[in-house]
Amino acid sequence: MIKLSNVSKQYPKRGFALKDVTFQLGKGEFAFLTGHSGSGKSTTMRLIHMVDRPTAGEVRVSGYSSDKVTERDLWKVRRRVGYVFQDFRLLPGRTAYENVAFALEVTGTPPKAIKPKAQRLLSQVGLSTKAGAFVNELSGGEQQRVAIARALVNDPFVLLADEPTGNLDERATRGIMELFWDIQAKGMAVLMATHDLELIRQYPRTRVLELDHGKLVYDSRSPDDGVSRPDPPGPPPPESTGQEGGSSATQGGL
Amino acid sequence: MYAFREAVAAFKRAPVLTGLSSTMVGLALFVVGLFSLATYNLQLALSAIEERVEVVVYLRDDVRQSEIDLLLTELSNLEEVRQVMYISKREALERARTELPEFGELFMSSEVNPLPQSLEVELRPGSRNPEAVEKVAFAAEGYPFVEDAQYGEEWVNRLFALRRIGAASAGVLGIAFALVAALIIGTALRIAIFARRDEIYIMRLVGAKNSFIRRPFLLEGAMAGLAGGLLAWGLTYATYRGVYAYLFEVAWVPGRWVAAGLLAGTAFGAFASALAIRRHLREI
Repeated sequence: MIKLSNVSKQYPKRGFALKDVTFQLGKGEFAFLTGHSGSGKSTTMRLIHMVDRPTAGEVRVSGYSSDKVTERDLWKVRRRVGYVFQDFRLLPGRTAYENVAFALEVTGTPPKAIKPKAQRLLSQVGLSTKAGAFVNELSGGEQQRVAIARALVNDPFVLLADEPTGNLDERATRGIMELFWDIQAKGMAVLMATHDLELIRQYPRTRVLELDHGKLVYDSRSPDDGVSRPDPPGPPPPESTGQEGGSSATQGGL
Repeated sequence: MYAFREAVAAFKRAPVLTGLSSTMVGLALFVVGLFSLATYNLQLALSAIEERVEVVVYLRDDVRQSEIDLLLTELSNLEEVRQVMYISKREALERARTELPEFGELFMSSEVNPLPQSLEVELRPGSRNPEAVEKVAFAAEGYPFVEDAQYGEEWVNRLFALRRIGAASAGVLGIAFALVAALIIGTALRIAIFARRDEIYIMRLVGAKNSFIRRPFLLEGAMAGLAGGLLAWGLTYATYRGVYAYLFEVAWVPGRWVAAGLLAGTAFGAFASALAIRRHLREI
């Protein structure tokens, strides 16, 4: 579970990036984290990944508190949290397989287990036939799939995706979203930062957290937001109109 | 195993960069190597002069043999003394004739031997300093049958002042050269680490332990240090051969200095790499 309790983050020159943010993300939950540029989405992701520490408040990730976890033990948190970026951050000059195998190797996977696990992960993201392709030979969507496979090497309990579809076309975006729903269906939580409101509107029953100038101004799960939205029993199908009643993207703070 | 494979792979992946790192390390250590060669030869020259530091105890002509034996034993028992040699009046005269040919006629024609009998006190290597010679001379002068004890006080003091200045200069310059070498090595390795920042970032991202991330870089730094050390000694040896053949006679440094230099280069490389990677890890 991820729990942010009254979290604030202040940078010396930029001022407050987050102010008194509180929310939880439970096991197997899917949530969009949205807001305009500079609203604090990436800061929130970095705090959950413990790249940064909060100035005030506490971030708890799978039992690890930002107040207590030491630099030396950060790797334990990182193995519980998968992370994908808008720009993929794959190692150039290596194949899809090598990118995933590298992550497995450096996290201490026994040598004999690396190959089957890397192949299984690539298969899970639909790239079993492209394992030997070099990164620069893959499309943007395929590169993001490799990045997702890499994020799953430690079987994390949550996947943080920071604008993962920002560089992708509509078709590739749909493919990546389907993959996220598959991952969520297997019990992994997904927190996806995006400023793409159209995309959010396609999944009206999905939880939405909205940040504005560092403050959490909207949580569709919040009991007092006036809108009742039951959790989807499974991966919700994308809605082409985005006009479903009760949609956070249409009625919330977006 | 992973660390070794990655360190070797880093050499293979970027041979020019790693080659440049090793060359920079090598050139930096070459300066240290040249300095070592100069220091060693200076030390040899000073040691050769130091060996001539001795105390000569001149005895009265009426001294008895038992008194000479007593003094010889007493002086030999001092911890600063290596050996004591008795020089009779006759031996002193013969030596003067040989060593001072310009006064040969004087010594040949003289019917009376003007030279005193003496004890030549040779000191142990660690005791050829002003304090030790003074102590030995003072001990000898306490006997009534001793005419004088000489050790060239002024000369010994100058020699040791020169030695102290030499040691201080060597220390200061050695530290300065080592610091410059450390800066160059650190910069070279930082460049190498910077070139692999993406890999380090991914390792941190997926939860590799810091110790695991550091290991291949430490090994790479050690390998660059060793390669640089070999290059430095190679260049130093070539310089030594050149100086020996065309300028003047110099001695090559002892094998243990070469081994120590290589070890230091290796350790230096690993240490500089550790500092660079530590700084880099803090930034990610």
